Amino acid sequence: MLKKKECVAMLLAGGQGSRLYALTSNIAKPAVAFGAKYRIIDFPLSNCINSGIDTVGVLTQYQPLVLNEYVGNGQPWDLDRTFGGVHILSPYEAKTDTSWYKGTANAIYQNIRFMQMYEPEYILILSGDHIYKMDYDKMLTAHKQSKADCTIACMQVPLKEASRFGILNTNPDGTIYEFEEKPANPKSDLASMGIYIFTASKLFKYLELDNKDPNSENDFGKNILPTMLNAGEKMCSYRFEGYWKDVGTISSLWEANMDLLGVVPNFELDDRNRVIHSKSPLAPPAYIQGEVLNSLVATGGEIEGRVVNSVIGTDCVIEKGAEVIDSVLMGKTVVKAGAKVNYSIIDEDVVIGEKAVIGAPINEALKVGGKTAGIAVLGRGVNVKKNGVVPAGEIVDKNV
Amino acid sequence: MASTVGVIYSSMNEENIPELTRVRSMGSVPIGGRYRVVDFALSNMVNSGITTVGLITKSNYQSLMDHLGTGKYWDLARKDGGLILLPPYSDETETLYKNRLEALKGATAFLKKCNEDFVVLADSDSVYKLDYSKVIDYHIEKNADITMVYHEHEVVKSHYYMTFETAKDGRVKEIQINPAVGSVKKNYINVMVARTSFILRLIQDAIQHGYKSFGRDILSPGVSTYNIYGYKLDGYFASISSLSKYFEINFDLLNKEIRNEIFGNRDVYTKVNDSSPAKFADTACVKNSLISDGCLIEGTVENCILFRGVKIGRGAVIKNCIIMADNIIGENCNLQYVVSDKNSVIRDNRVLAGCEIQPYFIGKGVLI
Repeated sequence: MLKKKECVAMLLAGGQGSRLYALTSNIAKPAVAFGAKYRIIDFPLSNCINSGIDTVGVLTQYQPLVLNEYVGNGQPWDLDRTFGGVHILSPYEAKTDTSWYKGTANAIYQNIRFMQMYEPEYILILSGDHIYKMDYDKMLTAHKQSKADCTIACMQVPLKEASRFGILNTNPDGTIYEFEEKPANPKSDLASMGIYIFTASKLFKYLELDNKDPNSENDFGKNILPTMLNAGEKMCSYRFEGYWKDVGTISSLWEANMDLLGVVPNFELDDRNRVIHSKSPLAPPAYIQGEVLNSLVATGGEIEGRVVNSVIGTDCVIEKGAEVIDSVLMGKTVVKAGAKVNYSIIDEDVVIGEKAVIGAPINEALKVGGKTAGIAVLGRGVNVKKNGVVPAGEIVDKNV
Repeated sequence: MASTVGVIYSSMNEENIPELTRVRSMGSVPIGGRYRVVDFALSNMVNSGITTVGLITKSNYQSLMDHLGTGKYWDLARKDGGLILLPPYSDETETLYKNRLEALKGATAFLKKCNEDFVVLADSDSVYKLDYSKVIDYHIEKNADITMVYHEHEVVKSHYYMTFETAKDGRVKEIQINPAVGSVKKNYINVMVARTSFILRLIQDAIQHGYKSFGRDILSPGVSTYNIYGYKLDGYFASISSLSKYFEINFDLLNKEIRNEIFGNRDVYTKVNDSSPAKFADTACVKNSLISDGCLIEGTVENCILFRGVKIGRGAVIKNCIIMADNIIGENCNLQYVVSDKNSVIRDNRVLAGCEIQPYFIGKGVLI
């Protein structure tokens, strides 16, 4: 068996995801349910194994319970290995220096010894909040061919949205001459996807330097990348074409779920060549008796009501006369008889009482707007009583 | 519970349903949308606290091995015990086993190595929930030599079956093999409990006397010499005794009560294959059906069991059908009372129909 790994992936999964409000009250963002049977972290983990990367460190910090339980020994992704595999890396107590992960770069810095165990030549840095299918091996090949010290995956975004992203300004050969974090007046429409490949020795060097700099925020985008660029290291862009979505907000999470619908969806999950692996639940097939149109339904469902343009997670019950429209049910939710759910995201283990009304039809809800763009959000474990009402755009994380 | 080892026969009663067992063992006959029939006996064992299970195979067991793998989906991938495949034993003097007794003979070495005090023997052609540890408690309480599990239902025609009468205290009085069909009887469900040492002694005895049949040569005459007790299985039980019975069992799972009884605890384990969630198009119309992951439905589906990865084309009407994994049903097809084995393709506009007692069967990987 090989005693070293060419490339080790480090997955940043410690963020709180505060813009998901009630959905991340008790769980880390990468553990948020997505697409009826998945969790967000399934996508980067599946991409790793589908790209031939079998050693992944998952850096957790915020509310790691569900995430740790879910990742387990990595078996669902074939990442249970005698050498390598998936490892949960939490902040730990050291002899001299003990701290929480202070920033993305600090999180990686604190785990240098983990990476060094595998004597890697390259380190792949990933985020735990993106929905996409990508062959990291192609990116690694590009990194090797260009002899870069750091390669950043990027994609074209509409120029008017570019100021929301880290923007790469590149030369015609793809090398990066400038890196701007959320610029007011972007010069380019190439947005960083938060996916980096570093030549390991360079990464370790700049992490050490960064750690000694008291003024640093210990962040990849703000500190490591600009420092490397200023020091004259070779930084290259890698163009990704395909579906990629940051699901860091309620509305983007809703949109990404809707992108799965349709016979020819924006993002195809049913792909035998690049299977998205997940800890598939032990439920029987979904029982359908009602009306289900343009929707996804995971196993264990008991659907006797009406479901339109929705994503229905594992073990959901939708009783007779209930309606779920333009909504996302993350799983184990009961929608009782006569209840109406419109333009909502409902977290796991929710009970919606008889004739309760959640959210409003999409065109009305959009007028309400607000921080969720009109989407009603019910947090994990919420009970809505009979005839209860949750208006459009409300975020609820206790019983109503 | 008392330390117990499980033994599952994976290829008994295959004659009952040659259509589906031509290419696979009985145990790996697909059922209920995402399961193989062996999952029920195997999950029952795991849920009874049994952590060592020997699985007796015969021929064509590739599909079964593919399904079971290392046993990890049943939590039976273990250093100590776990799932152990017992391939058929044959040499110059002995050919492939022909009956239950010869099959068990092949498992002698496995049983001798086990330290467990009790053994549960079970077939893999049935759908039921049973905590075998309760059978063992009963077995100990009755000081029995053998405990045979029965279910009371009308005797149906199949290749080979056994019923018995019991005394008030549960002791088996008389065993009948292939009695007249039609009446409600105590049907032996081919689940038996005994001490491991007792079973080993029976096997030894059978070899010496040249016995051929477990039922005729051991159990039937044994009612007077051994303490044989009957344990009643309440609740749902069905075994695949014919293609039409197979049809019926699948449709039983559309019944909410039965579905809850079998799957309510979410403890029937099976191989996981990471299909994407089922997708319904805006032209879909689905009534009273079980729809598995990976399906794409653009047509009308009524009273059906769709296994994983089935595609139903636009305008197609599928009623009272069992469509196994990865079938592609073309546009405007009309299918009634069809059982279609895995990976078949039905081209656009085809009309195929069977009837309730004689479903139309489409073999594995057929193009129509």
